[in-house]
Amino acid sequence: MAENFKRMDGRELTEMRPIAAQVGIIPNANGSAMFQSGKTIAYAAVYGPREHHPRSQRNPKRATLRCKYNMISFSVNDRIRPGPSRRSTEISKITEWAITPVLMLEKFPGMVIDVHINIIQADAGTRCAGINAAAMAIAHAGIPMKEMVSSVSSGKLDKTLVIDLDKAEEDFEEGEGPTDIPVSMTQSGKVTHLQLDGKINKEELKEAIKMAEAACKEIHEVQKEALKNVGKLIEGGKK
Amino acid sequence: MEEISINSKKIAEYLNTGKRFDGRKPEEFRELSIETGVSINAEGSARVKLGNTDVIVGVKLATAEPYADSPNKGNFMVSAELSPMSSPRFESGPPKFPVIEFGRVLDRGLRESGFIKWEGLCIEEGKRVWTLFVDIYTLNDDGNLMDAAGIGAIAAMKTAKLPSFDKETGIIDYKHPTDNPLPLNDVTPIAITAYKIGNKIIVDPTREEQDAATSRVTIGSSDGIISSVQKGEEDSMTQEEIGEALDLADKAYKDVFKNLQNQIK
Repeated sequence: MAENFKRMDGRELTEMRPIAAQVGIIPNANGSAMFQSGKTIAYAAVYGPREHHPRSQRNPKRATLRCKYNMISFSVNDRIRPGPSRRSTEISKITEWAITPVLMLEKFPGMVIDVHINIIQADAGTRCAGINAAAMAIAHAGIPMKEMVSSVSSGKLDKTLVIDLDKAEEDFEEGEGPTDIPVSMTQSGKVTHLQLDGKINKEELKEAIKMAEAACKEIHEVQKEALKNVGKLIEGGKK
Repeated sequence: MEEISINSKKIAEYLNTGKRFDGRKPEEFRELSIETGVSINAEGSARVKLGNTDVIVGVKLATAEPYADSPNKGNFMVSAELSPMSSPRFESGPPKFPVIEFGRVLDRGLRESGFIKWEGLCIEEGKRVWTLFVDIYTLNDDGNLMDAAGIGAIAAMKTAKLPSFDKETGIIDYKHPTDNPLPLNDVTPIAITAYKIGNKIIVDPTREEQDAATSRVTIGSSDGIISSVQKGEEDSMTQEEIGEALDLADKAYKDVFKNLQNQIK
């Protein structure tokens, strides 16, 4: 690893952007939360468990987790046309997969749990912020969970492993360029979501996941604190 | 939420004795808070809370070819999303009538009032103009989303800055906004919706009040000049009721206008 690599915003290699979380932001929802990482802001609202319509999609053995990830049109520089895209459809599914392992869906057969995620402001890491917010919102809704889920992007800039890429780093073009590795983990370290975009070897990837685990622990602390203090903005992540 | 909604009949009966459940007067808005600059990648943005109703509005600019019949005028588009985040009643999926009407009514109010200096959005006549997008997302629905969104649109537009634009390359540099505000005239076209419940007229209903309403009329005006009206829902209104709606909207306008002036300096 290049020891003298300097990050554009002066962060340490293993230093996340400042994070903040708040639970209980949408009064109508059964559970809701905000998660902010640097300039990325995600809102999540949970409705349910409630009756699953259409009936034909009901699972008689367990509840269905239905996540909808959406970037609002002005959350990025070039306006996004409102409505679902291929990208948002995939991230919605990834979010369901990231969270389902910690839920006890069999407790609510035939029901649906709807999780709506809106990215209010984007500066990379939006799917991770969305998952962090969604997991808190589900906990806030009082839906039984075996453990918490936390999510962060590990990454590699040229040959250097770093945690939590921001947009400027995602656009990094020197050497081998950027590798983005969003990871979600339960608090006991089980991986529920792993994606990768770029170029990396096996050892580096293992190391990157370790780095994500450390960051997820910090995120988990903030999520926990926010859940204990509904309505209060909890900050963290800074060393 | 539906389970705890107060019976519509009760609301109408109570209103008949001149009272609203939260003690407001018919023309009285709930506490209004306006925060601007809430989403940094937008050219302008605002978050508006009206009691528990919560909306976020953003302004984006892009360049486009002008329409043939207006070679020196910019384009304008308002779109709204009744986000499923904001209410258990809203569903994902293609826009249905309520959301289309929502965007169109606000669009007309802003467009027809002379708020926008269309020529000021021209970059090169016949070749390139700015398209101004105003996008509305609801965050929590406790009634009167329409008026909250209209206030948000004005706040976002009044605080927006044009991005840098390189005429040679045609590239927009969103990261370096200019100091130039949007080309706007000195009018403030606020839309106020009056609702008919029983035979009473009120403004700024809560969700329960809105559910009890059988008719509504949205009045877009600036300083007494009305530039857009939309009567909605199945029930009719007498001419006296329309007159009362206009009076209430007038009173509410003054109140909201003052608030807007104070909060978006």
